Amino acid sequence: MGELRLMKGNEAIAEAAIRAGCDGYFGYPITPQSEVMEYLMVERPYETTGMVVLQAESEVAAINMLYGGAGTGKMVLTSSSSPGVSLMQEGISYMAGAELPALIVNIVRGGPGLGTIQPSQADYFQAVKGGGHGDYHMIVYAPASVQEMADFVQIGFDVAFKYRTPVMILSDGAIGQMMEKVYLADPVPRLTEKEVIARCPWASNGRPMSRQHNIITSLDLDPAGQERLNLVLQEKYRKIEESEVMFETIDCEDADYILVAFGLSARICQKAMNLARQKGIKVGLFRPITLFPFPKKEIHELAKRVKGMLVVEMNAGQMIEDVQLAVGCDIPIKHYGRFGGIIPTPDEVVKALEETIIGG
Amino acid sequence: MEEKFAHPELRTPENLVYKRTDLLVDCPLSYCPGCGHGVVHRMLMEVLEEKDIASKTIGVNPVGCSVLAYDFMNIDMLGAAHGRAPALATAIKRLWPDRYVFTYQGDGDLAAIGTAETIHACNRGENFTIIFINNGIYGMTGGQMAPTTLPGMRSSTSPYGRDIDIMGHPLKITELIAQLPGTYYVTRQSVQTPAAVRKTKKALRKAFDLQDEKKGISFVEVVSNCNSGWKMTPVQSNTWMEENMFPAYPLGDIKVNGELVK
Ligand SMILES: Cc1ncc(C[n+]2csc(CCOP(=O)(O)OP(=O)(O)O)c2C)c(N)n1
Ligand code: SF4
Ligand SMILES: [Mg+2]
Repeated sequence: MGELRLMKGNEAIAEAAIRAGCDGYFGYPITPQSEVMEYLMVERPYETTGMVVLQAESEVAAINMLYGGAGTGKMVLTSSSSPGVSLMQEGISYMAGAELPALIVNIVRGGPGLGTIQPSQADYFQAVKGGGHGDYHMIVYAPASVQEMADFVQIGFDVAFKYRTPVMILSDGAIGQMMEKVYLADPVPRLTEKEVIARCPWASNGRPMSRQHNIITSLDLDPAGQERLNLVLQEKYRKIEESEVMFETIDCEDADYILVAFGLSARICQKAMNLARQKGIKVGLFRPITLFPFPKKEIHELAKRVKGMLVVEMNAGQMIEDVQLAVGCDIPIKHYGRFGGIIPTPDEVVKALEETIIGG
Repeated sequence: MEEKFAHPELRTPENLVYKRTDLLVDCPLSYCPGCGHGVVHRMLMEVLEEKDIASKTIGVNPVGCSVLAYDFMNIDMLGAAHGRAPALATAIKRLWPDRYVFTYQGDGDLAAIGTAETIHACNRGENFTIIFINNGIYGMTGGQMAPTTLPGMRSSTSPYGRDIDIMGHPLKITELIAQLPGTYYVTRQSVQTPAAVRKTKKALRKAFDLQDEKKGISFVEVVSNCNSGWKMTPVQSNTWMEENMFPAYPLGDIKVNGELVK
């Protein structure tokens, strides 16, 4: 069943959250993602599904509201954009350490600093390498369409609870703001309190005297204990790397050259690929969908069959480091990037491919 | 069970005048001997036991000396990041409206790094209880100046005494939040004498009773000693507290039933 609608990416996130049975949204306005909360405030899911929607006093408060809600076993969501997500880093680190499931959306804008409100992919390192303090990862999804913005809400919640980990949707201002057709699944009801308790026996939501008290924390003052917690986290990340990798390949079978790009850049590269093929250059596209876990093996295998790779990003060269680590053989790997809110054109990408890889 | 008492023969029913509530975990507390934190823990757990709401209560503890409070309180708890307990409690109470929710916070936590979370939770009129342990110092990190450190009071970061020209004034956050329409009950108590302890317990009881009415924040400040941070014996610290802290932070109700006490 479900329903087809024309929506902005940000609105699709909000609508998908209501339909996924999300229990609470906590956020703070920032361009280019304010439509998420605005949509929720118009829809008023607190009157239909009972979902809590609250405008917090800051991103610091919002992420700690998320920590509180997640610590009780509820399905909670926040969204922000780059400067706001920087403010959230301490809280995200706490959630990773306390092993709490939650969904965090970053509709990236250009930086550093206040930067610009235009789209960017410059928060790749922050999202994928940790961002906050300590050894941790989030599972990071990079949608390339409004449809994927909606899809990754349900998928994101599922993996967050499966692994007890914060999950991020890393998108950008263009996908957040643009309108596309989106298929929305039928709503599923929110879990009852009983179901929450059954799904999350570890959660602190009121202790029946039949069990020990639950404690949500990331603290262990004993180094041996803290090392054990770290080992548990690392083991979890290995499992995630084994099971949760997502990627897409387009026309890679006969390709001599590969464009590697995520999110909006991948949309542009699709067009660039077609332009290049019209010129007789056999180009394929490899699109990592999960940025952590990164599709290392798949890129490694692909690299054995091609003459070079161009990594296209709306940043100064971030994902390229992961591509280089994954490839591990002697083919040229170059970067083409625009930043500060500028979106590269397909022609620029083809030119970069010709100049840096084919002719280079 | 191993006998822990030096004189087990004295432990007879007719001699039993006091029993530790089972809601306090039977383990050594991490607090310095003489510190007020432990007494407040006990009062809090006794209130939950007497109200028979332990299984419906969710606590949020801070970063500060009470960072391990979740180990001592036999109820479901969450350890917040420094200053953020009211944000956690906001979400928890809204997502579980029929639970009793409290935060337990020090002065650095509540009135410095967490000032925004404190003020906004109070101003939104969230329906949980804030327990505020004001000892005028950062106990946990080794006795640095707190927002509530008194003028002239020494700390490791005001070693010659707090100079208000350089370091600013003490922040009377309790008086401040009492002004906000979202607070319903605001009181300041202490735990240095049996009479004071009883009053604090009564205040805590009232604060939890009020959660049923859903009329806003109930806020219980406890002016407390930090004998270690103040570099005094426990007895000296209590005398010093009575002579210096109480004039600056006068005890008693500040707001009752949503009305400021004149
Ligand atoms: C973000 C952050 N900054 C600083 C600290 C260090 N820190 C831990 S406890 C504390 C002060 C605690 O003082 P208070 O809240 O008054 O509690 P007390 O120990 O006096 O009970 C500080 C500064 C921290 N843990 N996190
Ligand atoms: S340092 Fe101060 S506040 Fe902390 S436990 Fe010791 S006496 Fe209590
Ligand atoms: Mg203190």
